[in-house]
Amino acid sequence: MLETVIQQALNALQLGSYYSLIALGYCLVYGVLLLINFAHGDIFMVGAYIAFFAATFIMGQHAFIPANVSPLAQIACTGFFAIILTASAAYIIGRVTREGFRQTRAFKLLIGGLFVLFSLLVYFLGKGFVLPKGADRWVVMGATVPLTMLLTAAVGIFIERVAYRPLRQKGANRLYVVITALMMGIILEYGNLSALGASRIPFPPLIKTAIFEIAGVTVTNLKLISIGVAFAVFGLLQWIVTRTKLGMAMRAVSYDKFAVPLMGIPLDIIIVFTFFLGSSMAGLAGMLYAMNFPVLDPFMGALVGWKAFVAAVVGGIGDIRGAFVGGFLLAILEIVVAAVFSSELRDLISFTILLGILTMKPTGLFGTAKTTKI
Amino acid sequence: MPTALGALLLVMGGLVQSGILGQYYLTVIMTMGIFIILSASLNLVNGYMGEFSCGHAGFMAVGAYASSVAGIFLFVPDKVFGQPWLPMSMTPLAFPLILAVGFVAAALAGVIVAIPSFKTRGDYLAVITLAAGYIIKSAIENIDAVGGPRGFMGMNKVIGGMNEVLDIPWMFFWIFLGVVFTIWILRRFVYSTYGKGIMAIHQDEVAAEIMSVNTNRMKLIAFMLSSGLAGLAGGLYAYLFSFVNPGSFTILRSTECLVMVYLGGMGSLSGSILSAMLYCLLLEFLKPVLDYLQLSQTIKWVIIPLGLILLMQFRPEGIMGNRELSDIFPKLKRYYRFK
Repeated sequence: MLETVIQQALNALQLGSYYSLIALGYCLVYGVLLLINFAHGDIFMVGAYIAFFAATFIMGQHAFIPANVSPLAQIACTGFFAIILTASAAYIIGRVTREGFRQTRAFKLLIGGLFVLFSLLVYFLGKGFVLPKGADRWVVMGATVPLTMLLTAAVGIFIERVAYRPLRQKGANRLYVVITALMMGIILEYGNLSALGASRIPFPPLIKTAIFEIAGVTVTNLKLISIGVAFAVFGLLQWIVTRTKLGMAMRAVSYDKFAVPLMGIPLDIIIVFTFFLGSSMAGLAGMLYAMNFPVLDPFMGALVGWKAFVAAVVGGIGDIRGAFVGGFLLAILEIVVAAVFSSELRDLISFTILLGILTMKPTGLFGTAKTTKI
Repeated sequence: MPTALGALLLVMGGLVQSGILGQYYLTVIMTMGIFIILSASLNLVNGYMGEFSCGHAGFMAVGAYASSVAGIFLFVPDKVFGQPWLPMSMTPLAFPLILAVGFVAAALAGVIVAIPSFKTRGDYLAVITLAAGYIIKSAIENIDAVGGPRGFMGMNKVIGGMNEVLDIPWMFFWIFLGVVFTIWILRRFVYSTYGKGIMAIHQDEVAAEIMSVNTNRMKLIAFMLSSGLAGLAGGLYAYLFSFVNPGSFTILRSTECLVMVYLGGMGSLSGSILSAMLYCLLLEFLKPVLDYLQLSQTIKWVIIPLGLILLMQFRPEGIMGNRELSDIFPKLKRYYRFK
């Protein structure tokens, strides 16, 4: 009996770690922008797909450049990807350096050098990055994690840039932003479905699954990694938000969005940084989820994302500790419901809880009520 | 106005009966009618009241299932619901009753959104409506008597019963009546003191309350009427396609309703009607285009949300804004009197 309880508790911790990782993203964005980023669950799904493509690319199963075409076509392909990479690099460099740097000779030389570098990189790596036989799977994993996080963060920032920022600058009604976010999520789901087809993709095993058995309780190393990562990420975010200058700026933005630019804080950069943090955590969660439940489909993000949102609301949206605790609470509750009643009632129960909390105590467990002046 | 509507019904009915209007066009027109009901009813909450409800498909599902069960229960022998209570020849008379069951059931379901709306506003209320949509869908999936996730069918027997009595395109007739009823009741509602109260809530809830508008009561009535009409649309939908399953009432259906409301313009009934017709035509137009380009039909669901996003970015007031057709063309007022 005790073993079952501990076993189920471990399962709940594992499930809760995904909910928490995604809920942290909801929470960061809501805390800073007061925007419920409904597309976040689908960014999690995109993260899982990016992890799949990154991992298979590193293991040499997919390539940018098809090997069975003529050398000229290969060079054209290389040029295409190199131009895209150089252009984005030039854009980023132009944005982060001081004004006027773009006109200097050094900038042009730098871009030229980058183009040569990218061409060479794409040409030699693009045919498929083949790891030597018997290379440790941990190497693959170590390369996939940062790649996934960066690319997923890029997706999140892109959405912020094209969809949310124009509305924000126009000073549009908040509901319009909510609708945009909701629609962005649907676009990600169905764009993926249209691009990759409806077939489910099996996720390759990145590291060897090891099963430990301690006093009748079985644990896999993947499970332990998920739980550990969730706690580590929580610690990291808590440190960033409460101890660093960037975190202070984030809190300032959330406190008063209009006074902050007057104090010399670059509002847009802080918001982009927030989206970077949230989306990269969603990407990490997507990868961990895909490693544990190794089947990808375009709609995997919708339900998990919703559950994570429920978790964020349970904890009090806008507070990192709340989101973290809420994720685990919801997971424990779901496991209990599935064990006592039936697993089909899980979604029903979690949404009913959401409804109840929003009706009774909209601030959640950790949130504090805000007063509105009339 | 009644004469004009009667003439329109007669002309359309004649066209359908004589076979000039093919089955395909008939289905498109009937779907259009259902979409008009959906968009006009959602406009009451999203446009006139200024709240953001995105669980409209859930109420439509409640109405669809309630009317289907009522029809089967009354007229069709069934394993779950037993022997019929009424003979088949009663179907044309009892059909409004069946639709009314859907209306009432959906209006009652609307209460689960209306009560939280007393306290919460804005994006939190949006979340509540979304959650309500999910709860309804999930609940229907767990009820085995109506088929669970597999769906529920047998409604065509009721339609068959009506056709035995008199062989006319009954569904067209009912949908036409449904559309007229919806627009009539919404117009009456919006221009009554209730409607003024709802618009006052849109402008400023606190000020409205100070001005002695009973905001809770207004919200309750608006949500119930809106979801009830969605239930009416659901009932018509169920009998039109004679098959319902939870999968047809997902967030995508709610998205369609939202697109129509915001395309037509918040707070404009004629805008909702126009945009529903436009949207339906665009959808039908998109199908062959996608086929011709050899693209997958799921791209539709990329294009529709993208359209809504662009609408939000560039023209959030929609086609008509806050105006009615008769505000733009004042001469139209001469031709009708809505009472």
